[in-house]
Amino acid sequence: MGKTRTLTGVLLAVTTLTVAGCSGGGAAGGAAAAPADPGAVSGEIKVLTHRTDLVQNGTMKRYAEEFNKTHPKVKVSFEGITDYEGEVKIRMNTKAYGDVLMIPAVVAKNDYPKFFAPLGPKEELSRLYRFSDKTEVAGKVYGIAQFGTANGFVHNKALWKRAGVTQWPRTPAEFTAALEKVKDRTGAVPYYTNFKDGWPLVQWTSNVGSVTCDAKATDKLSGPVSPWKEGGELRTVDTLLHDIVKRGLSEKDPTTTNWETSKGLLAKGDVGAMMLGSWAITQMQGAAKDAGGSPDDIGFLPFPAQKDGKFCATLVSDYQQAVSIHSGNKPAARAWIDWFTGKSGYSDKEGAVPTLKAAPMPATLKDFVDNDVTFVERSEAQTGPVNAIDNAAELGLNKPDYRQKLIDIARGAQKGSLQDYFADLDKRWDEAAKTAGS
Amino acid sequence: MTETTYTASRATVAGPQRPPGKARRTGRGARHPEGRTPRGRSWRHSPLQRMTPWLFLAAPLALLITFTYVPVASMVSYSFTDWDGVSPDRNATGVDNYVQIFTRPELFRVFFVSGYYLAASVLQIAVALYFATVLSFDLRFRNFFKGILFFPYLINGVAIGFVFLYFFQDGGTLDSVLARLGVGTDHAWLGDPTSANVSLAGVSVWRFTGLNFVLFLGAIQSIPGELYEAAELDGAGKWQQFRHIIAPSIRPVLSLSIILAISGSLSVFEIPYIMTGGATGTSTFVIQTVKLAFQFNKTGLASAAAVVLLAIILLITWIQRRLVPDDKVDLV
Repeated sequence: MGKTRTLTGVLLAVTTLTVAGCSGGGAAGGAAAAPADPGAVSGEIKVLTHRTDLVQNGTMKRYAEEFNKTHPKVKVSFEGITDYEGEVKIRMNTKAYGDVLMIPAVVAKNDYPKFFAPLGPKEELSRLYRFSDKTEVAGKVYGIAQFGTANGFVHNKALWKRAGVTQWPRTPAEFTAALEKVKDRTGAVPYYTNFKDGWPLVQWTSNVGSVTCDAKATDKLSGPVSPWKEGGELRTVDTLLHDIVKRGLSEKDPTTTNWETSKGLLAKGDVGAMMLGSWAITQMQGAAKDAGGSPDDIGFLPFPAQKDGKFCATLVSDYQQAVSIHSGNKPAARAWIDWFTGKSGYSDKEGAVPTLKAAPMPATLKDFVDNDVTFVERSEAQTGPVNAIDNAAELGLNKPDYRQKLIDIARGAQKGSLQDYFADLDKRWDEAAKTAGS
Repeated sequence: MTETTYTASRATVAGPQRPPGKARRTGRGARHPEGRTPRGRSWRHSPLQRMTPWLFLAAPLALLITFTYVPVASMVSYSFTDWDGVSPDRNATGVDNYVQIFTRPELFRVFFVSGYYLAASVLQIAVALYFATVLSFDLRFRNFFKGILFFPYLINGVAIGFVFLYFFQDGGTLDSVLARLGVGTDHAWLGDPTSANVSLAGVSVWRFTGLNFVLFLGAIQSIPGELYEAAELDGAGKWQQFRHIIAPSIRPVLSLSIILAISGSLSVFEIPYIMTGGATGTSTFVIQTVKLAFQFNKTGLASAAAVVLLAIILLITWIQRRLVPDDKVDLV
């Protein structure tokens, strides 16, 4: 008797779940419009985030409490995921991937409508927010960036001063000359590649656009355009990296580098510079404080190239927040995204470029603002096709592998010349563009 | 199942597997089933009892099917599609992925790296065999040495990767030990392809010697002690004992170790992936497959590559079994 009752209970629970699942499915497909009255919107939402550190130290919870002051009926919970990309990618094969999530890089742009609820028409969102074209499919926007970053070299200003370099280098040749000075006069390692961890090498790709001050520079890669041809931006960028390594201006053994250690090295002045996004500045300043130095020693340099006498820095968006198409509480989820992006003060605290167009640039980019660096917001109109070519070529503009090989060639660990390598990359890119385009 | 077939099948099943003494007893039981074991008959026929073995098997079978056979079946089915790993849509592309694999020689170039590991496993088997033989004789601190040799195998591969990253670092453990010994060296151990692959293969030897050692030791210790005694009486030295007693009796284990070594060398993953990520010419076939699947979103092609690797290993094992058949060893 007892057994039967348990069984009935289980069956009932399953049925309820199924029905609930169906009703949830019924809601799918609708847009996630911003609620008119923040006090009235209600429901429970789960936010998937890659910032496990902020979930663990309670920062996210404090944001949720702040959010509840204006949206009292919404209950927000967080799920921090360490291997965010890998895990969410697999979960997206089901319906349970939270209400709000960061769009994993692996999802193809054209698949966005299958996974996420549209947030509004392009005209409306692009007026308010930067980077909205990154997630625009057929006139609708599917994600809002958490924040953006500018790219450049994080460097130890005090060390560079000791080496006698106070002017920003304006050409790649001036840059390597400056690194030579750092090496000769201070004995420090002028540049640290972070070869082993790999991802810091990917940051070099974000300079596409900085070199010629062209927001559409990345878009122009869609097609058999030989990106590493003479005068191509990637050629300029990768040649600089190659020359730095070839002239012995980088660390002695790149194969055993360590990112966490490198922060302390830069902060203490044992390392001169690293190519990173502006998000890293606050981390380096923290490291400088830990090492007993001054956070003011940490500076940020634009890529050494000028157009009409001005430096440019490409702005790229960080993770974009989206609402799951299977969410049962889309208005609440949307309210959270709008609040978190615009009103939480998150991007300011991270020292990042705010997504909100009206908001001012952060203090970390003061050097850039004071020196009149032009910020170029990278156009994402052709990101889909460019990524398709990149994957088809198995090249990985946003993966470390091809630059690791570039460095190996530069330091003589692998055979080949830079010219041959660029020619090979061009060939692979162009061939893939022909097949992926069709 | 009817009673007659049950008895019959039980008799056939019991027959060849039981040792002769027991089989005779079962035979008698079958002749007088009612008289000898009336209660036994009744429990054998209760449905619950008949289910018992299946109940015990249910958990492992469910795990095996869920986590081995279903994924392998899906992998094979993915290998005939162009799936990117996320998209809800996938197109059947037939054998296109396989054609691609066999028409792109650069995908097979990584097998040269396996050569380093294969060479390393020869060394590994030799070292393991040497220590297993030495430690099978009565020796002081015998168990202590056994423990030391086996210990690395118990450590997680990821942890080993990290430990050896510090070991090979510029100015790391290896450099400082060498400096103590007066060999000041400036060599970047993971710096160029040859040195990096040799270093990584060395880590692999350090890790897996313990496993081979235990296998060999087990086989050696199952040799009856009288044989050694008799050999000693006949005036055989330690080398002759090894040559004529130990070597032939561990042949099956040796051939198993060789199969494991070859398949292991072809599918090296953990150590190079953690330590170099496949950079500087240390990429292996499995690392390449993982990158195809998770960096370039070619899940279909990567699945096909995995199937090909499986086929290659099965083929090599088959060839090896044909060349060196597993004879019965009879020492006595």
